[in-house]
Amino acid sequence: MNKQYDAIIIGAGHNGLVCAAYLARAGYSTLVLEANQQVGGMAGMRELAPGYAAPACAHLLFLPCARIMAELSLERHGLRPAAANLDTIALAADGNHLILGRSALRGGELPAADRAAYARFQNQLRRFAKLLQKTFATRPPRLTSGGWADLAALAKLGLGARLLGRDDLRELLRIGALNIHDLLRETFVDERLQGVLGFDAVLGNNLGPRSPGTVLTYLHRLTGQAREGGNGVWTPAGGMGALARALRASAVAAGAEILTGQPARRVLLERDRAVGVETASGRQINSPVVVSNADPKTTFLKLVGARHLETGFVRRVNNIRMRGKAAKLHLALDGVPVFKGLSDEQLGQRLVIAPSLNYVERAFDSAKYGEYSPEPVMEIAIPSMREASLAPKGKHVLSAIAQCAPYDLRGGWEAGRAVFQRRLIDKLVEYAPGIREQVTAAELLAPPDLERAFNLHGGHWHHGEYSLDQFMMLRPAPGAAQYATPVAGLYLCGAGAHPGGGVMGLAGRNAATEIMKRERRR
Amino acid sequence: MNKRAARKHDVIVIGAGHNGLVNAAYLAKSGLDVLVLEKNPWIGGASVSRSLYDGWTYSNCSYVCSLFRPEIYRDLELARHGLQVIPFDGGLTFMRNGDYFGSYPDEERLRREIARHSKRDADAYNRYAADVSRQTQLIRPLLLRTPPDPASFRPRDVMELIHLLKTFWALGEEVLYDTIRFWTMSIGDFLDEYFESDVVKAHLAGSGIIGTALGVYSPGTAYVLLHHYMGDVDGSIGSWGFARGGMGSIAKALASAFQAFGGKIETEAGVKTIRVAKGRVKGVVLENGDERHAKIVVSNLDPKRTFLEIMDEKDLPADVVRRARNFKIRGSSGKVNIALDGMPDFYALPRGHELLRTDFHFIDSLERMERAYDDWKNGAWSKDPYLDTLIPTLVDPTMAPPGKHMMTVFAQYCPPKVNGQDWTDAQRDQFGQTVIDQIAEYSPNFKDLILHAEIRTPRELENEVGLTEGNIFQGELTADQLLFNRPFPGYAQYRGPVKGLYMSGSGTHPGGGVMGAPGANSAREVLRDLRRKNIVPDALSDE
Repeated sequence: MNKQYDAIIIGAGHNGLVCAAYLARAGYSTLVLEANQQVGGMAGMRELAPGYAAPACAHLLFLPCARIMAELSLERHGLRPAAANLDTIALAADGNHLILGRSALRGGELPAADRAAYARFQNQLRRFAKLLQKTFATRPPRLTSGGWADLAALAKLGLGARLLGRDDLRELLRIGALNIHDLLRETFVDERLQGVLGFDAVLGNNLGPRSPGTVLTYLHRLTGQAREGGNGVWTPAGGMGALARALRASAVAAGAEILTGQPARRVLLERDRAVGVETASGRQINSPVVVSNADPKTTFLKLVGARHLETGFVRRVNNIRMRGKAAKLHLALDGVPVFKGLSDEQLGQRLVIAPSLNYVERAFDSAKYGEYSPEPVMEIAIPSMREASLAPKGKHVLSAIAQCAPYDLRGGWEAGRAVFQRRLIDKLVEYAPGIREQVTAAELLAPPDLERAFNLHGGHWHHGEYSLDQFMMLRPAPGAAQYATPVAGLYLCGAGAHPGGGVMGLAGRNAATEIMKRERRR
Repeated sequence: MNKRAARKHDVIVIGAGHNGLVNAAYLAKSGLDVLVLEKNPWIGGASVSRSLYDGWTYSNCSYVCSLFRPEIYRDLELARHGLQVIPFDGGLTFMRNGDYFGSYPDEERLRREIARHSKRDADAYNRYAADVSRQTQLIRPLLLRTPPDPASFRPRDVMELIHLLKTFWALGEEVLYDTIRFWTMSIGDFLDEYFESDVVKAHLAGSGIIGTALGVYSPGTAYVLLHHYMGDVDGSIGSWGFARGGMGSIAKALASAFQAFGGKIETEAGVKTIRVAKGRVKGVVLENGDERHAKIVVSNLDPKRTFLEIMDEKDLPADVVRRARNFKIRGSSGKVNIALDGMPDFYALPRGHELLRTDFHFIDSLERMERAYDDWKNGAWSKDPYLDTLIPTLVDPTMAPPGKHMMTVFAQYCPPKVNGQDWTDAQRDQFGQTVIDQIAEYSPNFKDLILHAEIRTPRELENEVGLTEGNIFQGELTADQLLFNRPFPGYAQYRGPVKGLYMSGSGTHPGGGVMGAPGANSAREVLRDLRRKNIVPDALSDE
């Protein structure tokens, strides 16, 4: 088969599929190569035990861009919320839980001052998140050597900041690089409230609440909820897999081809230009445009190869920080778990174990030295409460993101996996005393497992840390921050590029926009 | 009320620390009648030499100088007033395995020394030195400028903002990206990009954390490294020096210059309150009830003391009170000053080795440094602290009797409170013991030579020097408190919220480190408001 494509996309994660759908709709003949048998990547599903399906990584949606959902007609292709505007429930061991709704707090005997402060805090931070979100939908401007469009983008950002008004602008400039710990301590008294908000700022990142820059990571997470009338935190009907299915259907309907079970081995180069992809089976497919949904290290160091790149750029790529520290726990349960103080209805919400800022910080401290946290923080979802098809009748699937589980665990994960898994279940038992006896199957995906399963260097959820030094025009690295790369014809469309991961889809959309601007279709 | 004591001056400066004195000296030089009030019986604040043990002089607070702006040194003719700075270069880190790492001033020797620990690192060092030095060149021009207010539309702020943007724009794309990265990274991550050897990284990382409440892996600490590298002694950038006779010599020379311009200093004259009437400063009331009158009051105290202790909340806008309460000034270090009966021996080095004349450290990995920080986060002093140790008497024999020595040990991390409780004397002594024990691991006779030791935790730094929570920079050096955010957004131009009130301490831009720049910058703003000719340099003379 010697068909030539206008664009080949390596990886059918959600960003790869978004990019494919946009390119195909614009008339580019597009091929997507996926290493695994199913599409969706980290936004896909995996079988935990016969009859039990668990969301492979992401298990809740915070960020998907409403614009992408509309433009790609994802609703027509089957994507609907099973539940929207989920509450976040900060679990307390004594059952006195604190419930964080979209704008109000409930339960937990909270000081009145905190209740009032929470509304103010959320309003102000959402205004900042809205400003940040505006930069998400376009390519990051290049500094000094860009064109007028880049200058205009910068001017727009500057103007947007000025239009916040004097007090907001001053506050934004103050907290932009601040740590979430100090901001929360300034604002709130209640430890549970501080803990859960601090947790939101560090989830998936190699940071603690005291690390400067964690207000930014919190804003990043808030961008999905900045818009009025959105879905807030939600889950799709049919489980997380429904998102990838809808994206796939949208891309295929637009004419894209998707080949699964076809890992890419390398990007074919000719006179320093990408000309196609060679698959693991040795098949060579030609295309003037190659788009990588893989992380930047895999893309440049493995698929392209350092020897084809300039030393300075290779150094920058090597320096990208992307060692994962989040693990995923899946439990098959033979009944509805009983959490102290939670109704069945509440079991379908987002549950968080992060009782105080110090607790979250200490969980991070262990990871700094290559140890897993003896007192881990967790984000728990029980997707089968919303979507019965994920487990046999009357049974349930529990999915938890657990931190901190450092990629390079001292002593290795072979030995550590079972111990950490036991530790996590012990932690759950503190809140749901009978849960251990309900477990019929369990698995723990540590960062090296994610690395293997999703060809993800370092097993980092977001394809690279969110931090100011890896943000916007520095993401993933100068020279490749505008989706185009130093290799002509090669583009990035994954979470390693601006504006990052979190099942948002914007990296895929922005990459497609950039490709359409720069590459002709035949 | 004592009426006879109520005298009228043009300007009152509260606090005779080095910045207060710089400020006062410039204002007096401009012809104003300036009075400096100091609560202690001695002057200098954190730049002091004290005789606490017969025959010995301790620089018992700040202990080396590099950042002091040479423009000020020349302008105020501090050499003529007796200040002499003796440069030293290099450094030393002792290792647990009995080896050491020596940072030699001689380039070739340094390369060989790094190569002894890692060949790769020896190759990386030049790139590292070039990159850091480029960053210091960028920041230095900002030191003697008043930060613009980005939320203001006044022509002056807009022009200054444009000037800054143009300066950065002119760097070009690659350098600009590197600059943004450098200003936002952790020193640990930054060093990991260049080096593999633990001891090389640990040696270089010290400057990224000294004085901060951050760990080597906290983002923003690469900037702190810059803060420590932006000084120069005799035109040699990034090098350090001893003030002959101890750090008090700086204050002494400044006071002498100030008095030569006709200024007056009153000691043991602690200020109880700043008097405000109809939104204007009127003067101050002293602790003994006396009054001093002036239309301009410059506070050299940190923002917490200025706004929460010596001002009345009702004279201040609510947001200033809130911001002052939230101002971050957590202390993270202590100081141990030791009189030695002779020069201690060290296992790793022969007696009289030149490296002992520089500053030395006993922490040989970033992990040990980070763990030291974890102790602080948990409300305790570090069990294995980071020490910056010097024996100034090897260079300046005037500080101890012949054959004897004075050792100054800066110890980090040390919390303002222990597990949320005030320090006790017993805990202070245990902290001192922790420091002494660490040094003794590397020196067989160190403990036997100790004649006297002064141990200062943040409690002593607060009570004796007046640094709130014992923070040596009068406020943490994090992005939320730098440049136009220092001390608070909207008040970064040295003016307080009340007419006639100014700030000159290290709590204002560009921060602490015995630099003198905040004092000079605030003097320039006072002169500007009085419509007097500016006599304060507003750019570095060597740029």
